[in-house]
Amino acid sequence: MARPSSPNWALSLYRKILQRLLRRIAGSSETAGKSWSEFVIESSIRVLGFSTIGFVLLIFFFLLREGLPVLWEVSPGNLFGTRWYPTFDSFGTLPLILGSAYVTVAAILIALPLGVATAVFVREASPNWAREILKPLIEVLAGIPSVVLGFFGMHVLAPMVRNTLNAPTGLTAFTGAVLLAYMSLPTIISVAEDALDSVPKNYRDAALAMGATKWQTIWRVVVPAARSGIAMAVMLGMGRAIGETMAVMMVTGNAARMPLSLGSLFMPVRTMTATVAAEMGEVASGSVHYHALFGIGIILFILTFIINIVAASAIFKKRRKGGLR
Amino acid sequence: MNRYWTQRIGFAVLTMSAIAVVAPILIVIGIIFVEGARAISWEFIFGMPYEGMKAGGIFPAIVGTLLLTIGTALAAIPVGVAGTVYLSEYARDTWMTRAIRLAIVNLAGIPSIVYGLFGLGIFVLFLHMGTSILAGVLTLAIMTLPVIISTSEEALRAVPMEFRTVSASLGGTRWQGIRNIVLPQAMPGIITGTILGLLRAAGETAPILFTVAAFYLPRLPQSPFDQVMALPYHLYVISTQVPGMPISVQYGTALVLLILVLSMNIAATVLRSYFRRRRQW
Repeated sequence: MARPSSPNWALSLYRKILQRLLRRIAGSSETAGKSWSEFVIESSIRVLGFSTIGFVLLIFFFLLREGLPVLWEVSPGNLFGTRWYPTFDSFGTLPLILGSAYVTVAAILIALPLGVATAVFVREASPNWAREILKPLIEVLAGIPSVVLGFFGMHVLAPMVRNTLNAPTGLTAFTGAVLLAYMSLPTIISVAEDALDSVPKNYRDAALAMGATKWQTIWRVVVPAARSGIAMAVMLGMGRAIGETMAVMMVTGNAARMPLSLGSLFMPVRTMTATVAAEMGEVASGSVHYHALFGIGIILFILTFIINIVAASAIFKKRRKGGLR
Repeated sequence: MNRYWTQRIGFAVLTMSAIAVVAPILIVIGIIFVEGARAISWEFIFGMPYEGMKAGGIFPAIVGTLLLTIGTALAAIPVGVAGTVYLSEYARDTWMTRAIRLAIVNLAGIPSIVYGLFGLGIFVLFLHMGTSILAGVLTLAIMTLPVIISTSEEALRAVPMEFRTVSASLGGTRWQGIRNIVLPQAMPGIITGTILGLLRAAGETAPILFTVAAFYLPRLPQSPFDQVMALPYHLYVISTQVPGMPISVQYGTALVLLILVLSMNIAATVLRSYFRRRRQW
């Protein structure tokens, strides 16, 4: 029995207005039977839903904050020079960028044929039992910590490389590329599998009906139809390989030299990631060297950002059209 | 050469590639198990290191890694699950939602060492947490977030739409439907996704390099603001930074880390197949 003049009535009206206002802020459409606790929960879910954007922005902001000063502390000629000797104030990032690129490209050259062939095998040619063994093992590979692979590379792979090549050291770009290839394989295989999976069944049926063998169908119809998805698998694999740190640092020898020839494949190189990981522990925060290492972080962030934006927009577009073709 | 022979050769090449992918995985695991098993003893696992880590055990590193993993779970799961629920149950297909998805893809692609730099910049220095468990856990949590969200979203999407409409038709609010119907049904998928994300966090070295890891600290941490030793970093240190380290200790540490990660992996796989078989829909 609330009369228009009672304070109870005023309170409930006030509550109603407030509720409606807050609901509008939260953007919710249903109103029936919602309690305050529910309202609080739904609002926080909305806020947390947007947190990922906040994190990406925060990461970029803090990299810029700590890394940009290097642009006016070090002359451009020095910064893009060919010598990285921070103790002598030489901050040439070129050998590091090229080192990363060199090892990554070499890794992809190994991983691409292996990965695509394995994806084709799993999707098109393997008996069920083989698939049941392969898929979990590839998942295990994805889960092996990079430091364990690096450790294995140091103790088993590097001596093998040294002995077969009769080289002074087994810690070479090639050793790193082999490890990186295996580390990017899970990514390449799973994306390539998705691509093959989304090739329509009538392509296969049509090819088989025309009298093609199973192999001809795979090689001339299914794989070409999935090529843009396979290209994306390669890109994402590269993104994974560029950012890999520990394994690369442990097996590539870390000499900051320009890898310009094919012969550099069997010599030590130094990547961007390894440089940051190896040197950040020893620099004073706020020094030129510290800013330079964050500068390398900015380069890495932007590189992977571009790779992922391109790959993601391709995924979104294809998904709307139905499949990764 | 007839085309059936081409097919045989083609299939043989595919099979060999698959073997070339899988065999090294088994070899790595096999070698580390065989070599590492010699170092494993009660003292190695539950003892403190001494003589500059050359003798004794790796207990503080094991505890450190467990603490970091549990802390990461505590920080990442609420945010990750809330983010997933928002994306799959509330968000409409607007440009903002697409921006969130792009952000998730990007977070997943950012190199681990960049997470390390970020953690150093924001948590250790800007927020004055110092090199501490807290700083490391927060860094690892942000790194784990995209894995949790993308796997959980799959689990939520797998719950049939009818479950939600039936809940609504019985007078449940949207949140009641989510809490009582959708989330319980999707829980196995969320748990497996979370385990897979945490497995990455447990094995990562680069993000903890400058945010939490202690080179040599033969005691257990007292507070969230302490440094700790961690297994991956410890393995890196003893295999590259300490001269004259006995090889068996190195392999032993690698084995313990590998067992930890593999058991999480197996747990996730078993859970997934168990719930998939039990699923009624």
